[in-house]
This record gives sequence, C-alpha cells and structure tokens, in this order.
Amino acid sequence: MTHVPSREGTAAMPGSIQVAPSPPVQYVLRRADDALILGHRLSEWCGHAPMMEEDMALANMGLDLIGQARSLYAHAGTLEAAGHDEDDFAYRRDERAYVNLLLVEQPNGDFAATMLRQFLYAAFALPYWTAMMASRDATLAAIAAKAEKEMAYHLRHAGEWVVRLGDGTGESHARAAAALDALWPYTGEMFAVDAVERAAIEAGEGIDPSGLRPGWRAMVARVLAQATLAMPEDGWMQQGGRQGRHSEHMGYLLAELQHVQRSIPGAVW
Amino acid sequence: MPTAAIPLWEVFLRSRNGLSHKHVGSLHATDAALALQAARDLFTRRGEGISIWVVPSNAITASDPADQGMLFEPAASKIYRHPTFYEIPDEVGHM
Repeated sequence: MTHVPSREGTAAMPGSIQVAPSPPVQYVLRRADDALILGHRLSEWCGHAPMMEEDMALANMGLDLIGQARSLYAHAGTLEAAGHDEDDFAYRRDERAYVNLLLVEQPNGDFAATMLRQFLYAAFALPYWTAMMASRDATLAAIAAKAEKEMAYHLRHAGEWVVRLGDGTGESHARAAAALDALWPYTGEMFAVDAVERAAIEAGEGIDPSGLRPGWRAMVARVLAQATLAMPEDGWMQQGGRQGRHSEHMGYLLAELQHVQRSIPGAVW
Repeated sequence: MPTAAIPLWEVFLRSRNGLSHKHVGSLHATDAALALQAARDLFTRRGEGISIWVVPSNAITASDPADQGMLFEPAASKIYRHPTFYEIPDEVGHM
C-alpha cells in the first residue's frame, strides 16, 4: 500500500536547501521571489505573444524582473551567510519555502490577464522601490535605484494596454474586466504587514507597504477610469504567499522552473 | 495575423547628442504611444539610443525606383561638386 504523506509533513525533496528563518533574510527573499516568479510567468509568453513587438516587450519585462531577482538572491545569500547562491535560492527550494505574493504566480491566462496582473503589481512595485532607495540597507537601496526605473516602464507599458483593452472592443473590455475581478482578491496581500515586514520597517531597511496603499489605489483608479473599467470592491483578500502557502498553480510553475536543476543538479552552461 | 489591421511605423534613433536620428527599422503598433514603446523594446536593448522618433510609414513619400536614372544619374558626371575636384593653394593651409 502506498503511503501518502500529508502536505505539511512532507520531507524536503532531495537536494533542497533549507533557508534560515531570520527576518532580514526572509524580507529580501520575499522581494526576490516576487521578481523571479513574475519574471518566469512573463518568460512563458516568449514565442507566444499576439504579435512580435509584444513578444519582445514581455520578454524584456521578464528579464528586468529576473535581473532584480538575481541581485536580491545574492543579497539574501550574503545576509544569510550559509553559502547559498542565487541558483540555490531560485532552483533548490521546495514550494513551501517560496514567499512570493500569490498575485505574481497566477497563470498568464489571456493577454488581458497578463497585462492586468503586470499593471496591478507595477503600480505597487514602483512606489515601493522608489521608497526603498532611502533604505538604511545600502545594497537594497542600490537594487531599488535600478528596479525603480524598470518598474516605471512596466507600469507605463501595462497601463497603456489596460486602457486600450478596457476601452477597446466589446470582447477586449469583457476580458479585461474578467481579469481584473479575478486578480483583485490577490492585491490585498501586497499591503499586509506581519512580523517579518515589521522588523525590516523598524530597522529602517524595509518599506511600510500599508503606507503605499492610498497612492496605489489612486493610480489604479485613474487608469481604470480611463479604461472604462469599474474598480472592484475590496472584499475577501487572499493571503498566504508570504508564509509559503501557495495557490494550486505554484507547483506546476516550479516543476517547469526547477526541472533542469532537479534532474541534473549543478548543471551549468 | 494582426498586422493587416495594425499600422506600420518607421523607427529613428539618435545614438548620442550631436548626431542626427537614423532609420533603424520598422514595426507594427496600433498607435503612436505603443509604437514608441515597441521601438524602445525592439531597438534599444543594447544601449543604442538616447532618443526615439516613430513616424507612420504611410506618412513617408518615397521616390520611385524606376526613376533612378532620371533622378540620380545626372549627378554622376558633375565631378566638380566634390571638394576633391579643386586644388587648394598651399597658402590656404588647412581648411
């Protein structure tokens, strides 16, 4: 008879690393995982976008995010001081050890869903990284100075598409509206503050995301109004990504992301 | 293919201050704002430019290739239009 272990009790996969639970390491890992997972989602469009120009735009944004993830993983490795490098963090953790927002792991769906997801995240990430440029952690401040420009472009590009899809044809409006409603419950998590966040905020190294919420709402409201899309009501908000509790999509994403490193550990090219 | 409905744009880049914009290629975009973004994404990935122009391709009036002889061949015999045609007296020095 096959023994099926409970999910909570599942032993780590062979070759997985265990990351220190220390708040400063986890704080940086959260941002690194956001960037890696969203960057990976955008990379899934490569060769599949509706037109060549947009294929390049999506890949460019994905590369921006993967670049951010690399810098942040390297920084997490320095803070942790356990000998873990970027690839260890990106490829050799189990699902429960990833602490990204649930928003960024949501499937690409159609083009409208991808653009709405990018817009909702970028509208948060731009003010977040802008504020982070004043962090007491000099490495985070330097990463922020680069990320801020990248996210400004993501916000502009995704925002332009949200307007065009919302205020486009009947079908594009319906798809954009459906994507907005489906993604909205994942936006609350961006502003949640728990012990890990609080420790970084109090140390002057992290940003209080709850303070960014009014500006985020104003930016989203402005673009949605232009797009003739109704701003959804704040109802039940999904949470759990920051604690490693993911949606059902995450396992499939990681299976693809980690496949080569798990099959051929330490492979390089 | 969406390209039938989506207009074509010509892209010009200025690589640095003091140089003029140069044609680098073309792309499809629904409007000027997206054409500018697509130009950034397609043509400035390796630090090629500091300024972008996009122009609707149908705004360009082009010469007819069949007119090449009439338009351009008459210039071929006017060698005195090249500065190298003239001898500069030594007293002038560097010009």
